[in-house]
Amino acid sequence: MSTADSPLSEAVASQAAEAKDRLNEHTLKTVHWHFSDETGSPFWLEKKAELNFDPLKDVKSFDDLKKFPHFEDEWLRGGPVRRWVPKGHAGKPTYVFETGGTTGIPKSRVVIEDHWKDYELFSETLPDEYFPRGANWLMLGPSGPRRLRLAVEHLAQFRDGICFCIDLDPRWVVKLIKKGWMEHLEEYKKHCIDQAVTVLTAGHDIKCMFATPKLLESLGEALEERGTSLQEVGITGIFSGGTEFTPQWTRFCVEEMLGGPPEESGVYMTPTYGNTLMGLACGKKISAADDYKIAYYAPQPRAVTEVVTFDDYNQVVDYGGTGRVKLYTLTDEFFVPGFMERDEGEREAPYDVYPWDGVSGVRPFHELASATTVGVY
Amino acid sequence: MITLSPLRWGKPYESLDFTDVVHFDTGEPIARIGNVGGGIVGRDMRQAHKARQALLQMSTDSLIDCCKRAAVLFESADLSVGDSTQSVDQFVHQQSASTGLPEHMCRSNMMKNSFVLSNIDQILDCLTRGLDLSILSRGYGEEGRGVIVSYQSQTPVLGAVLPNNSPGVHTLWLPAIPLQVGLALKPGSQEPWTPYRMVSAFIEAGVPAEAFGLYPGGHDAGGAIMTKTPRSMIFGSAQTVAQHEGNPRVQAHGPGFSKVLLGDDVVDDWEDYLDLMVESVLSNSGRSCINCSGIWASRHTREIAQAIAEKIGPVEVLPPSDPESQLAAFTVPAMATGTHGMVQQDLAESGVEDMTAQYGEKLVEKEHCAYLRPMVVRADSPDRQVASKEYMFPFVSVVECPQAEMLRRIGPTLVGTVLTADPAFVAAAGSSIDIDRLNVGPIPTNRLNWLQPHEGNIIDFLFRSRAYQLADLPVAANVS
Repeated sequence: MSTADSPLSEAVASQAAEAKDRLNEHTLKTVHWHFSDETGSPFWLEKKAELNFDPLKDVKSFDDLKKFPHFEDEWLRGGPVRRWVPKGHAGKPTYVFETGGTTGIPKSRVVIEDHWKDYELFSETLPDEYFPRGANWLMLGPSGPRRLRLAVEHLAQFRDGICFCIDLDPRWVVKLIKKGWMEHLEEYKKHCIDQAVTVLTAGHDIKCMFATPKLLESLGEALEERGTSLQEVGITGIFSGGTEFTPQWTRFCVEEMLGGPPEESGVYMTPTYGNTLMGLACGKKISAADDYKIAYYAPQPRAVTEVVTFDDYNQVVDYGGTGRVKLYTLTDEFFVPGFMERDEGEREAPYDVYPWDGVSGVRPFHELASATTVGVY
Repeated sequence: MITLSPLRWGKPYESLDFTDVVHFDTGEPIARIGNVGGGIVGRDMRQAHKARQALLQMSTDSLIDCCKRAAVLFESADLSVGDSTQSVDQFVHQQSASTGLPEHMCRSNMMKNSFVLSNIDQILDCLTRGLDLSILSRGYGEEGRGVIVSYQSQTPVLGAVLPNNSPGVHTLWLPAIPLQVGLALKPGSQEPWTPYRMVSAFIEAGVPAEAFGLYPGGHDAGGAIMTKTPRSMIFGSAQTVAQHEGNPRVQAHGPGFSKVLLGDDVVDDWEDYLDLMVESVLSNSGRSCINCSGIWASRHTREIAQAIAEKIGPVEVLPPSDPESQLAAFTVPAMATGTHGMVQQDLAESGVEDMTAQYGEKLVEKEHCAYLRPMVVRADSPDRQVASKEYMFPFVSVVECPQAEMLRRIGPTLVGTVLTADPAFVAAAGSSIDIDRLNVGPIPTNRLNWLQPHEGNIIDFLFRSRAYQLADLPVAANVS
C-alpha cells in the first residue's frame, strides 16, 4: 500500500504535530539570529533591506518562510566568503566547503561546526551491531575542499574510530567524462580503488566505510577479482551516498554484491541523501519487501525537505505525489529559506522514527536532467 | 503493454528500474523495459566463459542448423518476447512505432537479418575462406597441407552496444553464435525489438539460453559491456568511432560517408546510373551508413544533382503504415531541428547550392517527432564543408572534383561505388585505403554482399591466427 493511501495513525499524527511545533519554534529562533544586527551575517542583514517584509516581525512560523524569495545558489559563488559568517560566530575557526567547480568559480559554504553536528545526529541512526564503536573507517569518496570528507572523518572520530581516506578529485573525473577520455576515467577509478584496497588489506581493523554507490560497486568488484570480498576484509557497515541512488542499484548491492540483507550477509548498507547546503538526510531502512524503496528524511528542525508542485514551488504535493525537492537549512550557521534542488521525487508521509515529511524516488529534476552529469564517481 | 526484462545468461531478471518505450508520433507508451546497471553486467561478465562452454557443447554444424531454424522463426513465427507472445506483424508495428521507421522498411530489415541467418553457412565459409569450423572450436587443426592451423578465440562472448534507430545493423553480431561465441547485448532504448526477438528465435531454435545476455540500461550498462568483454562492437556517432579508434578490443560502427564516384569515361552517360544513385541515397530513409552521402564527378554535377532532386525532392511524409512511405521520423525532434540548422550552415557557404529548394519546406515538425524531407545539394568543389557531411535523412551532396583528385579527397568511405571501366582508376580505387567496401561497376551502395566482410572480418575480430606446434613426448622407459 502506498503512503498516499495510508492516513497517519493517531500516534504518528500526534508526534508530527509536536515536531511541527518544534520546527515553528526553531524557525523563529533561527530567523531572529540571522536577522538581528548583533548576530546576523552581513549577507542576510544586507538582504533584509531588499525584502518587502520584516523577518523579525513577520516570520512567526515555518510556513512564513515562504515570504522569502527562493534562495539562489549563485549567491554562493565568489567572495568575500566572510559575508556568510554570522556576527554571533565571529572569531570562531571557520571552514569553507565547495561544490561544483569543474569549470569556473565553485559555490562555497562556510561552516563552523554544522558538519560535526549533522553527523553526530546521523551517528545516532547507525546500528552499533554493524557500525561498532571504536572500529576504524574508510572514506571512499571525494577529497579536497569537500564537506563530506571532513564530516565522515568526524563521524569516525565521534564513534571512537580513526578514518582512513583516499585521494579523489571529482573535478578531474567530470573533466575526463566531458573530454570523452574513458580509458583515463577507468584508470583513475582503478587508482582510487587501488588506494582503498591497499588500506583495507593493511591490517587497520576497518569495519565501517563511506562510499559513493559507483565506488562501492567498483570496490566490491575489485575485491572479488582478488578472490576476497567486503565481508572478508572485515567491513560490516556501509553508509553510502553522494550521488544518485536507485532502488534497482540498492537491490543489486544488497542481493548480489553483499550477498543478502544484513542478517544473512553480516553487512549493513544505508543510503543517504545530502549536500553541502543541507547536510545529511537519513534513509528509512531498506528492504526487499518494500522493493528497496529509498525514502529520505531531513534532520528536522535543522533542515527540512518538501516536495512541491512543478508549477508552484510554495505548494506541497499530496502524499505519494511527485514534485520538485525544496530544501531549507535552519541552523545558527547557515540560513536557507527555501532552495529548489536539482532533484524531484515523491512526498513520503511521517512515521514514528521521523515524524515529518520525507522524500522518495529522488532523481534528477526532469527539466534539468539532460544538462546534469550525475553519479560521476 | 509488453514488458521486456533483462536476460542474464538465459535467465530473465526482474528489474526495479523501468523506462517506457513510447510511440514516436503519439508519445504513448508501447512497452516498458527493465534496466540494469553496470554492476550487474560486470558481475555476469565474470561468468561469460560459461556462455561459450554452453555453445561448445554443440557442434558448429548443429549451431548452423539452429541459425537456419531461427531465421524461419524470426521472420514468420509467433515468438515469446518479454512477457508476451509476439507475431511478426506485432514486431513490425512495434518497431515502426518506436523508431519512426516506415513499416515496410522494418519488414525489409527483418528480411535482411533473416537472410544472413539462413545463409550463415555460406557466409562463414566465405569469411573463413573454407576453413573447417571445427578448427575454430578446437583452436587448432589440420587443413591438409601438413601444417597445423590455429585460430584462438579471443573472447568467450561478443559484447554489443546496439543502436536506437537502425534495425539493419543486427546482421553484424549474428555470426557470433555459430562461431560458438556468446552474446552480451545492450539493446537500443528505442529498438529493443530485434535483439529480443532474435534471441528468442535462437533459443526456440535450440541454441542454449545460457549463451545470451540482454542488458538494457543507460551508459553505465553499455560502458560495462565495453570494458568487461574482450571483444565488443558499438554503434554511434563519428565521435564514438574516434573514441575507439585503434582499440583492438572494440569494433566501432558510425557514419559511413558512402559514395558514388563517376569516372571520366562514364560521366557523360550519368543518366544510365540515375536509378542507382537515387536508390543509394533514398533507401531505408537515408539512415544507414551504407546510404550514399556523396556523389563525385568531374562534370555534369549540376545536371546530376538536378535529376536526383527531381526524383527525391517531392517525397512527402506519409504514415508509417503506408507502403509508399519513404521517410523515417526523427523520434527526438531536436535532432531534426539541429540537423536542419547544420544543413542551413552548409548551404550558407559560397559554391553550395540547394537543388531541392523548389520542393518546399524540408523540416516537418509534429507534436512528438519531426521529419526532414530529402535534400540534394551541389558543391562546386571538394573544399566545401558539405562535401564531407552525412546526415540521418536522405541527403546527398553532388561534388564537382577532377577524377585525378577524387581518391585523395574523398576521405573515409564505407561503401565506394566506382563507376568506370578505366583500369587505372579501378586499380587506384582498389588501392585507396579510404574505401572499405569497394564496388566496381553499377552496384548501389546499399546492396551489400553478405558473403564478404563488413568493416573488418568478424573472424579476425573474434579469433587470432597463431602458431601451434606439436611434438610427441618421449616414451618413458619405465611405463608398464
